[in-house]
Amino acid sequence: MAEYILEMKDICKSFSGVKALDKVSLNIKPGEVHALMGENGAGKSTLMKILMGIYSLDSGMITMDGEVYKANNPKEAMNVGISMIHQELNPILDMPVYENIFVGRELRNGPLVDSGAEIREAKRLLEDLGIHVSPHTLLRDLSVAQCQLIEIIKAISINAKVIIMDEPTSAITDHEVNVLFSHIDNLRKQGVAIIYISHRMEEIFQICDRITVMRDGQYIGTDTTKNLDENKLIKMMVGREITDVFPKVEAAIGEVVFEAKNISRGKQVEDVSFSLHKGEILGIAGLVGAGRTELVEALFGMDRISGGEVFIHKRKVEIRSPRDAIKNGLALVTEDRKGSGLNLGGSVEDNITTVAIKKLLKAGLINRQNMREAADQYIEKLKIKTSSRNQAVGYLSGGNQQKVVISKWLLTDPEIIIMDEPTRGIDVGAKRDIYLLMGELVKSGKSVIVISSEIPELMGTCDRILVMAEGHITGELNREDFAQEHIMSYASAIEV
Amino acid sequence: MKKEKTVGLQVREIMGKAGPIIALILLCIFLTLKTDKFLTVNNIMNIARQTSMSGFLALGMMACILTAGIDLSVGFTMTLSTIVMAKCAVEMGLPPFLCIIICVLTGAVLGLVNGLLLTKCKLPHPFISTMGTQNIYKGIGLVITGATPIAGMPLMISWAGSATVTKSTGSILDKMPVGFILMLVVYVLFSIFLTYTRLGRHIYAVGGNMTTAGLSGINVDFVRTSVYVISGIMASLGGIIAVGRSDSAYPLSGLLLDNDAIAAVIIGGTSFFGGKGNVLGTFSGVILISVLRNGLNLLKVSSDMQTIFLGVIIIIAVFIDVVRNGGFKRVKRMKKEGEAKAIA
Repeated sequence: MAEYILEMKDICKSFSGVKALDKVSLNIKPGEVHALMGENGAGKSTLMKILMGIYSLDSGMITMDGEVYKANNPKEAMNVGISMIHQELNPILDMPVYENIFVGRELRNGPLVDSGAEIREAKRLLEDLGIHVSPHTLLRDLSVAQCQLIEIIKAISINAKVIIMDEPTSAITDHEVNVLFSHIDNLRKQGVAIIYISHRMEEIFQICDRITVMRDGQYIGTDTTKNLDENKLIKMMVGREITDVFPKVEAAIGEVVFEAKNISRGKQVEDVSFSLHKGEILGIAGLVGAGRTELVEALFGMDRISGGEVFIHKRKVEIRSPRDAIKNGLALVTEDRKGSGLNLGGSVEDNITTVAIKKLLKAGLINRQNMREAADQYIEKLKIKTSSRNQAVGYLSGGNQQKVVISKWLLTDPEIIIMDEPTRGIDVGAKRDIYLLMGELVKSGKSVIVISSEIPELMGTCDRILVMAEGHITGELNREDFAQEHIMSYASAIEV
Repeated sequence: MKKEKTVGLQVREIMGKAGPIIALILLCIFLTLKTDKFLTVNNIMNIARQTSMSGFLALGMMACILTAGIDLSVGFTMTLSTIVMAKCAVEMGLPPFLCIIICVLTGAVLGLVNGLLLTKCKLPHPFISTMGTQNIYKGIGLVITGATPIAGMPLMISWAGSATVTKSTGSILDKMPVGFILMLVVYVLFSIFLTYTRLGRHIYAVGGNMTTAGLSGINVDFVRTSVYVISGIMASLGGIIAVGRSDSAYPLSGLLLDNDAIAAVIIGGTSFFGGKGNVLGTFSGVILISVLRNGLNLLKVSSDMQTIFLGVIIIIAVFIDVVRNGGFKRVKRMKKEGEAKAIA
């Protein structure tokens, strides 16, 4: 048997003249977990899409099991034994769990689909992964984390020889990550190769055997995990050294600017009170489904609060809609930048100027000159990588899309900026840019609330952390008391 | 907390499936109380007769809407298939059985054209392509008939649209139109098709999320093309019933039928954004429209007024769907889906 189950050699791919991949090679051994790393735009996804038959390659060679391999569509890739967990969650919302798991490869009994068998099999898979969801539940009624788990089930239940996992843990919590990792271990023992793409360093070092790094569409190197450490890896990915992953900008913390008293929103948020100071970065930690997003959405007027009061500068305010919130100096960078943060088909300029459009008017009409200037200003200030301000946002990388969302809100000159998972699915460089930006904001006297599922990130950036569980605040820690295990224990507190 | 949620879910699910039926039952009770003719065998059979043709069209339309598409050409696909059939039967004297097959094949080909325009020529939305073919099919029909109806169909062809199940046995079946029974059979088969076959499941998957369907190895173009072929075939079947009822192929018979078909599907709870809906719902939608028309006639409401009623009902049906799915959240999600589709 050959040493490698999958060999990709000198792969080149251009999109309308722009080289996305330039002679990239990747060799995968059976039974290994192989990390593919690189910043956004490095070409990881393009390479994987070629493997899945979504894109065709311009030149280069792929062999699978020693035979020349070429897939024209995902189905052919799956037939040869390659499956993929896609980074972008695309659940079929109105389908039950079991149909989602088997979509495209329905179990059959003669000419008819064997739903009974699918339900039994789905039940078994769900139990294996410890997911307490009925196979009949519609995806519409699941949380983001649960949808991601279903995606994982879908990919590992195909009897694949190679499984590509593109950011499989971006929406799931530590406990579920551990369950996933024990499954990855099982797969590894069965000789299944896994290509693991993640921006979370600790995961890479915990689970991966070897690491291949890409940068700007080029192959940088492959080595065993043992021979690498975080700094070496970042250097390979970024091309320079980043020593300070969480740059903390010191800002003077002033008086209370925002106060929430006994906020409730149905059963998702119950009796939550907290205050936010001028110049403070306040983190909200908790598991997915703890009510963090629901809390900030309610504060931002996206959903009516069922109880409680909000004070800004000690003055009681009524926020019934996002419009009210914006008027009161609030900004919300939502968790789901593609769904609720951006008009993906619109240009960078259009997106940056949507909220603050009133400021850019001249004699009541839209003034293109003002818009262009505003867009250029933020492209430069936030280092947004785009070919021009006219580029459609949908074509930017995740990190740059996120910067566009943030620009849009900064242009309104808000006093309080709420960021819900601002660094989800974006690379080290862009993450650092966002941390720096948060620091600059508080330095200039603004206040930031940040929700994150990555505890190290909150510990590195925040002045204070609130922990939520089941709709309640279960803990509050000041910077000097930050400790991962305390946060975790508060987050899993069921009793209040 | 979890238990409440599942009960809530169940209620929502039952409401989702039974909503149109409940509306239908309420309407029937109302009409029974308000008119003395509504609940008579003659009247009910009359409704059944009127339903059978539109029932076929709605079923094809449903397949298209399930993939987040639409077929505006159903009416004139029906007309053109029947004209071709009538030409073969009346002018060329081909055997009636063969003519029926030709009719269905014509419907399938016209549907295939719609599908290929969408998937091969990559026209942006079936609204556009089928609006174009609607006019083309209508025009072709007018040209080849010289705008005059073709009458004098062989008995075998007109049987489906004109016969009753039994003759003079004195039972209720004497008045039961064959066309309605055929429609019921096709509905049952179609329900099995959608629920228990791969293609059926794929129709929902494509409508639910085209990207995911493609990434899961489904041949999205094939699925999207097939629903228009299905719609074409259903239209031709409806056409055979229509020809039987009037004993002629009439070149403007398809006028506005697309409207009624869409209305029935939407009233029946199929989501206009695709991926959600069931045959029972469409069945209720079709019957609801027929009962409404019939009832308003019995109540001596003018046809102009009837149109207004139908419009209101369509809007209420969609509104109920929005409320049922949690209002604002649903709208947010729709927007999200819309954007995701726009970029794809």
